[in-house]
Amino acid sequence: MPEYTLRIRRYDPQSGEAPHWDTHTIDLGETQSVLDAILKIKDDEDGSIGIRCSCQQAICGSCGVRMNGKPGLACNTHLEEAARRGQGTGWNPPDEGQESPVITVEPMGNMPVIRDLIVDMDSVHWKKVRRVTPWLINKEPIPEREYIVPHDNMVDVTQPMACIQCGACVSDCLAMEVDPLFVGPAALAKAYRFVGDPRDAQHAERLRDLSEDSHGIYDCTHCFNCIDACPKGVDPMNQIMRLRRMAGSDHEIKDRNNGYRHEHAFVKNIRRNGILHESDLLADSYGGKFNPSAGRELVSGLPTAIRGLTKGKMTPQKLLLHTHKAPAEVKRLFDQIDGKPERNELNLYVTGYEDEPEPHAEGAAGREPAEEQSAPDMERKA
Amino acid sequence: MKVAYWPGCVSRGFTPELHGSMAKVAPLLDIELIELDRASCCGAGVIAEHNQELADTLNARTFALAQRTDGELMMNICSTCQGAQSECQERLDANTEYRGQVNANLSDEGLRYEKGLTNKNLLWLLVENIGLDALKAKVSRPLSDLKVGPFYGCYIVRPVDRLAIDDEHPRDRYLHWVIEALGGTVIDYAGVYKCCGFPIITMNKEASLKQAGRHLGDALDAEADCLVVPCPLCHLNLDLQQPVAAKVVGRDLGMPVLHLPQLVGLALGLSPKELGMNKHIVKPMSVIDWSTSVVASAAA
Repeated sequence: MPEYTLRIRRYDPQSGEAPHWDTHTIDLGETQSVLDAILKIKDDEDGSIGIRCSCQQAICGSCGVRMNGKPGLACNTHLEEAARRGQGTGWNPPDEGQESPVITVEPMGNMPVIRDLIVDMDSVHWKKVRRVTPWLINKEPIPEREYIVPHDNMVDVTQPMACIQCGACVSDCLAMEVDPLFVGPAALAKAYRFVGDPRDAQHAERLRDLSEDSHGIYDCTHCFNCIDACPKGVDPMNQIMRLRRMAGSDHEIKDRNNGYRHEHAFVKNIRRNGILHESDLLADSYGGKFNPSAGRELVSGLPTAIRGLTKGKMTPQKLLLHTHKAPAEVKRLFDQIDGKPERNELNLYVTGYEDEPEPHAEGAAGREPAEEQSAPDMERKA
Repeated sequence: MKVAYWPGCVSRGFTPELHGSMAKVAPLLDIELIELDRASCCGAGVIAEHNQELADTLNARTFALAQRTDGELMMNICSTCQGAQSECQERLDANTEYRGQVNANLSDEGLRYEKGLTNKNLLWLLVENIGLDALKAKVSRPLSDLKVGPFYGCYIVRPVDRLAIDDEHPRDRYLHWVIEALGGTVIDYAGVYKCCGFPIITMNKEASLKQAGRHLGDALDAEADCLVVPCPLCHLNLDLQQPVAAKVVGRDLGMPVLHLPQLVGLALGLSPKELGMNKHIVKPMSVIDWSTSVVASAAA
């Protein structure tokens, strides 16, 4: 059996002592889980390690931890998989000459540590989930028998419903790292679960509430950490984008955070110029050059603009004129697609991926190494 | 090699030094650029937020224009373009019916996107197509003693499945590898894979610049001479906004931030000025000092 070295972060805030790392070496199969290893160490070597766990089936969502820097459930992460993870984001081979792969196990981030690997979910995660009113508010009158929901609607909300509340996405949310008040990925995914439910009476009110909250849907920075963190494929960031689409495009909620204005200014900007005209976007995102709040923002941004001008980064022409015009075809696409009575959306979580064999399937993702590169990748021309 | 080249918007807007340095570096790397000048903005995720089919159609149009060229593949120099375009391509490639609907939007212009385009950021192309050994062989002025902090940003490293980052293609190590291949020293610091904060600059300026300021401060504490970014939007928050970010985090920063082609260009013998570094808000003194000392020692 392979040997793994587990470095476990130990910390007891009550003790007054600083956190430290304990190292244990363990012989276990590569498809045993990180939780198996921790529990074995607890049984054989040190019973005082604090970890929360229950089902060991990736259902209860108790054993969220960070393994080699990436959050997930200890019970459904194989030792080999965790070991190959680098400290970055993806998958890295172990360093050359490394004898037994090292797996560091830490508590999740963005939440206070209670002891060792146990974090305080109540003060952060559950508080935020409660903030989005995570229950259905029935439309009146309540039907006498069951409420029949169109199949498509329920399929649509199955993705956020897959959430097991483990907090892995909350752990690595980069917006929450700088703004602890951000409602956050788990709670906003939960919010979509009800916003997308046709039985809910508060659809528009929920959207307005989350748009107007200065730490709501417009606080997400598109960092994709929650998508990679989620062990259940909930893609919280995608749910946040859907909330924004409904709030900004369907309900045109002109929120105080400039979310609506920024989205609409951006779309208008590209329709007109084809490529982004940054200075117009800035002004329009604050409501246009003549809007009082834009005035404030533009004045506060003046030193930045002056620095840009002196360095030749920006030129007066670039700031004021529109040298790049969108081709007529681009404008037509905006008008034609935005003018459709219903938006056309593809949700890959629901439809899945077609698995048809393709002659150039290997090059399709652009992932062939240099030595295999013989035929051009773009053989199929229009 | 010949590539269909998508420079993006910001490289021709507020970071003109990026577009300029790519043009200077390309011939040194034997890359022939066929610029897609009729293509439109990738949408940066914002157009998709507004209308997914619109974003997918605009990018399908860009892909179709790329497929009409005789380039081996499509190349971009902006991580945000890479991420936004990969997201659209994932949907287009996954579903024939949907691809047909999007292509119907393009038919008036006589364009059609065929599944399976290869679209790579310059960073991926350097490692996977040019190769690190070939890159090393081209280095005329190794970045010896230059301590460079990689700043990947988000769109080029996440989500790992969509971007095909795996054991065989550890694309989240490529910036480290390229810095080493160019002879520089990699500085690891807390912000390597974090977000620059740019996407929320108009919505929550303080949170946005707190992110930029923290990463710059962490790089400073780790004694980096400069950072290198594969994304011009990160450059806006890390360089253009750096004086404001410094105020938000309450410390002096002064951390030079280089675009990827600028770092490559330095090692291939171009001067900081030729690479447009005079356009940076934070004057890259450490880099200029390094380059003068290297030139002086070569002359001596």
